[in-house]
Amino acid sequence: MENMLTQTAARPLTNDNPLTATNQPVIQLRDIEKVYQTKTIETVALNRVNLTINKGEFVSIMGPSGCGKSTLLSIIGLLDEPTSGVIELDGRPVQSYSDKELAYLRNQKIGFVFQSYHLINDLSVLDNVELPLLYRSGVGGKERRERAYAALDKVGLSARTNHFPSQLSGGQRQRVAIARALAGRPEIILADEPTGNLDSVMGEEIMDLLLSLNQQEGTTIVMVTHDEQQAHKTQRLIRFFDGSQVS
Amino acid sequence: MLLSYLKIAWKVLLRRKFFTFISLFGISFTLMVLLVVVAMFDHAVGAHAPETRLNRMLFVNFLHIKYKNGGNQNSPASYYLLDRYVRHLKTPEKVAVHSMFHATPSYVGNNRIDLDLKYTDHVFWQVLDFTFRDGKPFSDSEMKSAARVAVINQSTARKYFGTEQGVVGRTIEINQSAYRVIGVVEDVPVIRLSSYADVWVPLSTSPNNLNQVRLDGEYSAIILAKSASEKAAVQAEFDQMVKRIPLPDPKGMDYLDVHADQMLASYSRQIMSPLTDYSSDGTALLYSILSGIALLFMMLPALNLVNINVSRIMERSSEIGVRKAFGATSRTLIGQFLVENIFLTTIGGLLGLVLAYVALQLISGAQLLAYSHFELNLRIFGWALLVTLLFGLLSGVYPAFKMSRLMPVQALKGGSK
Repeated sequence: MENMLTQTAARPLTNDNPLTATNQPVIQLRDIEKVYQTKTIETVALNRVNLTINKGEFVSIMGPSGCGKSTLLSIIGLLDEPTSGVIELDGRPVQSYSDKELAYLRNQKIGFVFQSYHLINDLSVLDNVELPLLYRSGVGGKERRERAYAALDKVGLSARTNHFPSQLSGGQRQRVAIARALAGRPEIILADEPTGNLDSVMGEEIMDLLLSLNQQEGTTIVMVTHDEQQAHKTQRLIRFFDGSQVS
Repeated sequence: MLLSYLKIAWKVLLRRKFFTFISLFGISFTLMVLLVVVAMFDHAVGAHAPETRLNRMLFVNFLHIKYKNGGNQNSPASYYLLDRYVRHLKTPEKVAVHSMFHATPSYVGNNRIDLDLKYTDHVFWQVLDFTFRDGKPFSDSEMKSAARVAVINQSTARKYFGTEQGVVGRTIEINQSAYRVIGVVEDVPVIRLSSYADVWVPLSTSPNNLNQVRLDGEYSAIILAKSASEKAAVQAEFDQMVKRIPLPDPKGMDYLDVHADQMLASYSRQIMSPLTDYSSDGTALLYSILSGIALLFMMLPALNLVNINVSRIMERSSEIGVRKAFGATSRTLIGQFLVENIFLTTIGGLLGLVLAYVALQLISGAQLLAYSHFELNLRIFGWALLVTLLFGLLSGVYPAFKMSRLMPVQALKGGSK
């Protein structure tokens, strides 16, 4: 790997090892409910969830499939609306925000890493990484390129800028996805099973990358995972069952 | 950002080649047909030589006689009517009278060639702007003296004499009569009915009895107004004049209907008469019908494009989800898909233009209509671009709007709600 973020060994979670976390809440959820309704069935995906995530925290969310983890992440990331409840980002409720305001918040504050990468296959690696900056006013073409190169350098893929996603391995694609999330320098990274499609070695690499980001740059990370081992490398582990937080 | 959109648009076009082919074929074929039809229409009724002063011209091509027994008669006018009444109007600058053209046999050695012959007065050459390659038109005195002189077109010169050079002064035999060629003009397309012929000779040499008192006949008049704005005054005077024309058979005839119309109106009055019952010149109705057909013709590929675009865009719902997740607003996404669609339709439009050019060359080359040479002009090109843009917008707005309304999470999951 060419020039990846400094590798960080996993550290046990203890109260005297707070890593980069502060006590300043960056995400607050109050009584969040999400109900999917069809003509015949009502499915409660999230049931009165209350959660505070502080600036610089690395939080993992675990639970069985269908328990509402990804729904929660989508709601935190403003990709979906809750049926009821309040979401606050930096202490400001966002429910009444317009499409334009929500797009602005997603662009400025949040970076996403998806399990299935969601790279745009028709764009080169560099163009994919530039994507968040494309929607940011005041960032010119030259600056976009420079920041995209820097982000790719961080994840060790500066030699792959002109490749297309189909020419990369799963681990490389996920690193491109992380570089894309980093390019906009967001305060929060939301990762939905980022290692779910990777083998254990690749999974470890990606996890180390996320840990480095959190420790070296102070980025707040919320990660949904099925991997107990990886979850224990984060500062806080939240467990979900049937749409409710159980620990 | 635009470059990024265009890159994506190009990649999408290459990715689904069959869809792209169907889309491009639909756009380019439709546009080609429209452009060919418009070019032919323009060729038929636009201001082209020799009818270059079309904006000042009025045509008396047909008359309609209503009989008391309910019968109708539609025919060209008689020479008597045009000479006695139309020629004496005060407001026009000039009035030219000519016959319909007739196929007339002529022989070069033992080879028969059919020439379209037209009888005209000398004013005909003053009203119309023929391009003389050699010689000159016949004069007032030649008209009055029924001189056996003829003006022929280039093709006739080549067919009859084997050359266009040195033809003036030679003799051409038409209807078993010898005429001296006094002028050679450029070919006029057959579609320009008022001016077209192979050979033009003085009206006074016609074997017909020109002074017979009757309304119907085989003659037309071209009226040249002093200016474009004076056409209305000419028409008003013409209408007043028609009221004074006595009916030759007042017992059998109910009324006479004859008008000085602009070129298209002079034909549409006849063509649309089953619908208008001669109450108007029918141009508004004709334009409405033609526009309706054109719109329907364009709607089909536009709807097809909407359909293809919806599935194209649905395929890209993950991309839409990602773009939204990283800060694209609905408006930005609509803009992106419209740019992509306009890009596609512009390619289709340019292809259509090339196809139309080729088709017009083939039609002109095949000489389906004698001496017709269809061309794409700047005006038609402008219309084509406008139609293409309209196509792009029509077929892109709905799918783009539909997809931009999705919540990002729905788009990421594939667009299902």
